[in-house]
Amino acid sequence: MIRVANGQGFWGDWLEAPARLVEQGPIDYLTLDYLAEVTMAVLEKQRQRNPELGYAADFPPLMERLAPEMRQRSIRVVTNAGGLNPRACAREVLRRAPGLKIAIVEGDDVTARIGEFLTKGHPLNNIDTGEPIGQIRDRILSANAYLGAFPLAQALTAGAGVVISGRCADSALVLAPSIHAFGWSADAWDLLAAGATAGHVVECGAQTTGGNSQVDWREIPDLDEIGYPIAEIDAGGTFAITKHAGTGGRVTTEIVKEQLLYEIGDPRSYLTPDVIADFTGLDLADEGPDRVRITGARGRERPPRLKLSINYRAGWKATGTLVYTAPDAIQKAQAADGIVRRRIEKLGLRFDEIYTEYLGWNACHGGAAPAACDVPEVQLRIGVRGCVRSDVDRFTREMAPLVLSGPPGATGYGGEGRPKVREVIGNWAALLPREEIRPHVEVLS
Amino acid sequence: MKAPLSRIAHTRSGDKGDMVNIGVIAWRAADYRILVREVTARRVFEFFGDRVAGPVERFEAPNLGALNFLLHGALGGGGTVSLHIDSQGKTFGAALLRMEIEIDE
Repeated sequence: MIRVANGQGFWGDWLEAPARLVEQGPIDYLTLDYLAEVTMAVLEKQRQRNPELGYAADFPPLMERLAPEMRQRSIRVVTNAGGLNPRACAREVLRRAPGLKIAIVEGDDVTARIGEFLTKGHPLNNIDTGEPIGQIRDRILSANAYLGAFPLAQALTAGAGVVISGRCADSALVLAPSIHAFGWSADAWDLLAAGATAGHVVECGAQTTGGNSQVDWREIPDLDEIGYPIAEIDAGGTFAITKHAGTGGRVTTEIVKEQLLYEIGDPRSYLTPDVIADFTGLDLADEGPDRVRITGARGRERPPRLKLSINYRAGWKATGTLVYTAPDAIQKAQAADGIVRRRIEKLGLRFDEIYTEYLGWNACHGGAAPAACDVPEVQLRIGVRGCVRSDVDRFTREMAPLVLSGPPGATGYGGEGRPKVREVIGNWAALLPREEIRPHVEVLS
Repeated sequence: MKAPLSRIAHTRSGDKGDMVNIGVIAWRAADYRILVREVTARRVFEFFGDRVAGPVERFEAPNLGALNFLLHGALGGGGTVSLHIDSQGKTFGAALLRMEIEIDE
């Protein structure tokens, strides 16, 4: 049995979580999932400013902090912190924690190969809309294939204590130690499905140990001390989800079910680069306090194509807010929205979208929220998006004047100053025959 | 009798590009058949009104006592393109708990 913990569900997750996983109980592998789709675009912008950047900058200081304990207890780390620049990430880790044996996994970055793929006849159409990639070709910032678990497992087998990958499937971070530890073969579909499913259950960190859970949330103990998840995986492809004893949070079948279904499509076909996992044969059982046993993982042959995640420049946006109070808070906010929109029109500002929300009334639940009532206060939030930066910039001057020239009682404009203009990064998912991607592993000394 | 979905189920939602997924899980296995009968793709689509361009797909996971919904065109473009405060669809699941369904006595 191996214990594989996950200490980060995204870049920006709780900084203390990985250290607590190492310090508060037994684990064999610490995984850290830093990459969301949009993270790659952020990293690309950082790399353009400085070629030594482009990775998850939280990771090297974390390794500096944990290296002594990791060495002493032979805990190995598997992470996608490399982002767009695993090599630079590894260099910075080595600078801060000399002596760690690091392997990098590359080959996911295909930003420079788009033309080659098109020449070879791979259309890279958008998998959601079917649109041809020509629409965004000249605006591409980054393009990465989702690697599977086998190159990461290869790095572990080569003796690496820290495996730093670029873009890989989130679940691969957990599947890789299983492949390495148990020697699972590349066509052991049910076993690979078990490892990928375990990876999916822990990839969002504390969401499987009681965070963001509707299951009796008031009674979940000590969320301030929440234990991040650990998958105890055995060679036969069953696993238990648990957390360290004495930590906060809770692990129950109901909570694990919430996470199993999180951000998936068809539960019969959870697609990964290594296997298609079927969640509809799983059996979940509470095996004691904070311990859920999962059996029945089934898998089918891996898909012939890999997913590409392509980020491209998609214009500019800004969001402005004002707060209105009772009486008639919603009506005042709606009147203010009308004023802004008419001013935008008369100024001739060109936007692809203007979107208005009323926080405190229906911004999140839309038509599902109760009809307008006399709420004590509401925040008006107007967002604009367009290709002309100067027009978006001009919009940022249109909120504050309403304090003097609009409906009565507006406030809440001062703290953050004028709205910031932000670049919009579009994400384009496409498919590519897997033969085109050649992952490579390099152990650094 | 009529009751909100929250009486028999809990939910979690998140994003996939411009899509929202909502997992709907029966508190008791015996109530899964009520979910199947009452919480149809069509009713979920209608519940969110103009918030969701559609279509809405529904998948069944009887072993989990759960349904999974994919709401296409629900996030104003998704990711950083979206102008929505809830650009990742985190609150759609909680909204759906208000849906009135017919439950058994």
